[in-house]
Amino acid sequence: MNKLGLIVAREYLIKVKNWKFILTTLLTPLGFLVFFIVVGIIFNYQGETIYSIAVVDESGMDIRLPEEQGKLRFSPSSESMDSLRARYARDEISGIWVLPRFAGVEVQDYTSYYYSDRPVDIELESRLESLLQQEIRDRKIGLLGLEKERLDKLDTRISIDPEPVSANEKDRSAYAGKIATAIGGAMGYIIFFIIFLYGASVMRSVADEKVNRVVEVIISSARPVELMLGKILGVGLVGLTQLLIWLLLIPVIYFFGMTIAGIDVQQVQQAAQPMAQQSPVDQEELLVMIREVASMNWIKIAFIFVIYFIGGYLLYASMFAAIGAATGDDINDAQSLTIFITIPILLAIYVMFQAIRLPESGLAVFASFFPFFSPVVMPALLAFDPPWWRIVVSVILLFAFCYFMVWVAGRIYRTGILMYGKKASIKEIGKWILRG
Amino acid sequence: MSTVLNLRNVVKEYGQLKAVDGVSFSVPPSCIIGLLGPNGAGKTSLIRIITGITQADSGEIELNGENIYRLRDPSIGYMPEERGLYKKMKVGEQLVFLTRLRGLNKEDAYRRVVYWMKKFEIESWWNKKVEELSKGMSQKVQFIATVCHQPRLIILDEPFSGLDPINTSLIKEEILKLKSEGASILFSTHRMEQVEEMCDYIVLINRGKVVLQGEVGDVRNRYKEHLFELRFDTDFSPPPEGEFDFLPVTARHTNVRLRDGQTTNQLLEYLLKSGAGISSFRELLPGFSDIFIKTVNASNDE
Repeated sequence: MNKLGLIVAREYLIKVKNWKFILTTLLTPLGFLVFFIVVGIIFNYQGETIYSIAVVDESGMDIRLPEEQGKLRFSPSSESMDSLRARYARDEISGIWVLPRFAGVEVQDYTSYYYSDRPVDIELESRLESLLQQEIRDRKIGLLGLEKERLDKLDTRISIDPEPVSANEKDRSAYAGKIATAIGGAMGYIIFFIIFLYGASVMRSVADEKVNRVVEVIISSARPVELMLGKILGVGLVGLTQLLIWLLLIPVIYFFGMTIAGIDVQQVQQAAQPMAQQSPVDQEELLVMIREVASMNWIKIAFIFVIYFIGGYLLYASMFAAIGAATGDDINDAQSLTIFITIPILLAIYVMFQAIRLPESGLAVFASFFPFFSPVVMPALLAFDPPWWRIVVSVILLFAFCYFMVWVAGRIYRTGILMYGKKASIKEIGKWILRG
Repeated sequence: MSTVLNLRNVVKEYGQLKAVDGVSFSVPPSCIIGLLGPNGAGKTSLIRIITGITQADSGEIELNGENIYRLRDPSIGYMPEERGLYKKMKVGEQLVFLTRLRGLNKEDAYRRVVYWMKKFEIESWWNKKVEELSKGMSQKVQFIATVCHQPRLIILDEPFSGLDPINTSLIKEEILKLKSEGASILFSTHRMEQVEEMCDYIVLINRGKVVLQGEVGDVRNRYKEHLFELRFDTDFSPPPEGEFDFLPVTARHTNVRLRDGQTTNQLLEYLLKSGAGISSFRELLPGFSDIFIKTVNASNDE
């Protein structure tokens, strides 16, 4: 095995055999599952208090509320306020809702009164409001002598179905844009996340070797560039391994998760549906969406995604490695220099969000060629089917720049790792690059 | 093959600073060379050039009689002053990795590591992580990492700094053994007693230049001051003015500095005639500390 291979293998094995790696790899998908379930439960939390509300209907409209809705229990009452107050004091009811006289169709503002010694929470207030609003609307429809069915006909659902002009372009469904945006955003975000996570790992590993002083022993046997590349590749392979394990593990864990917590998940979903106040996507729409997702050229997307992953990772990881080499004896020194990575990569994320909104804009085209942005932005644009020449030019630019960046990083690295003591200044780093 | 290493006019500059300024010397096979010099003299810069970590700006380096000098030649073993190992890696794995990095294949590397760990009686540490070792233990591991691939030229930067007396004598012994097996050892040090004890040759550098080099005995002879120590059984009072320059220490102990042309025989003859009871007579050779300080000061004055 050559030296580069040895270094890659060492870096890879030491990381993969570490119990922390094994633990995080196994627990992260589980963690996400737990996280989503917890988030779901929190958002669907309705409290366990049952509100039994006595309704005093003085509106003269014969407003009919359901006896039970969620945690609300309504009981129409004709008792006097005094006896209702006594019942409240005995804890038999949790509130008294008085609906005063309703003047007629012309009324635009209507105030009802809710008696309780406890503050009315937002949720209860909005529930009561929407219930009453619906009731009064129905009453008004009756008063005006309109037919509810005919009124409903006023609502029209609009959709825009894109159709190609040229004959050789494929017809896409109305969901194409939305699906592409969602997939693009997810891909850009994944790349961003991976670059940052594993790039930082490269930096730590480089700084660690320097602080440990083991680096001098190594580079008396192997070239500094070999050591640097070995690190970058080793950590990159660790990242790929982790991704692969997750890809295999996530469906398995979710399947088991669903089975074990099956009832809970269903309950959460059922509880969520009326809350969302929208009809679930009907079968036909779902089919169109699935067909749209399936019609994408996934092999092409996956292939190009991997290419941008490699390019983006190489570019940023070599910068991380250079910063790791410029660190001083305190491993945390490097933090302040990471701003040179954080800024372009965060900009890339913002540009990506704009680019998927306006995939044909000048900003999107520029970002797909600019090497600091393209690894995040271009995968996000793939779902919009950009022309081939744009991908090719972007990839060439990215890899040419990568080569340059690895060269620059190598020059910083080979001088930096032998400079012990203080963290290097920007000026010094500049000298290292120029003088070599 | 006449020399293991041959440096001719090696120069390395860092900006304005000439860290190594026209250094030339050679290392014969099977010998120990002490590389001496005050702090900042350029020892580490020179060592980094020889080990191939950095490149010289100009000059020639020959290794094993070959004109073409390959950077990071596997026939060199190097232990830097700033020692370090991977803390999270197991001792055995680490040594095999470092030895393979020096060009040995997996099986040979494994065999050599086992051999050395047995030799130092540390086989039981194979699965220990370096961070679990004491300082002295990791120094042994570091030494094995340096010599495990059987280098012909072993370069040790301050090998004894931070070593306890037990490890010092262990490493010293191993260095002498490696020399007797044919390896050449170049080590830098501040400790002059080690130079006198172990080295065959010395190279003294100051401000990047070689200011003194040669075989240890020769260098000493060059610096000898014709100074002799005399001890007596009875009290001896030297004449105040006479043939010989006596430098009395105590009543029964005096030193003598011979003038040009005077011989020890003449001195002894004179003493015998004067009836002094001599119990011992020996030449006082200059210590390397004195030679070091003298030479460095002289070159600083230039």
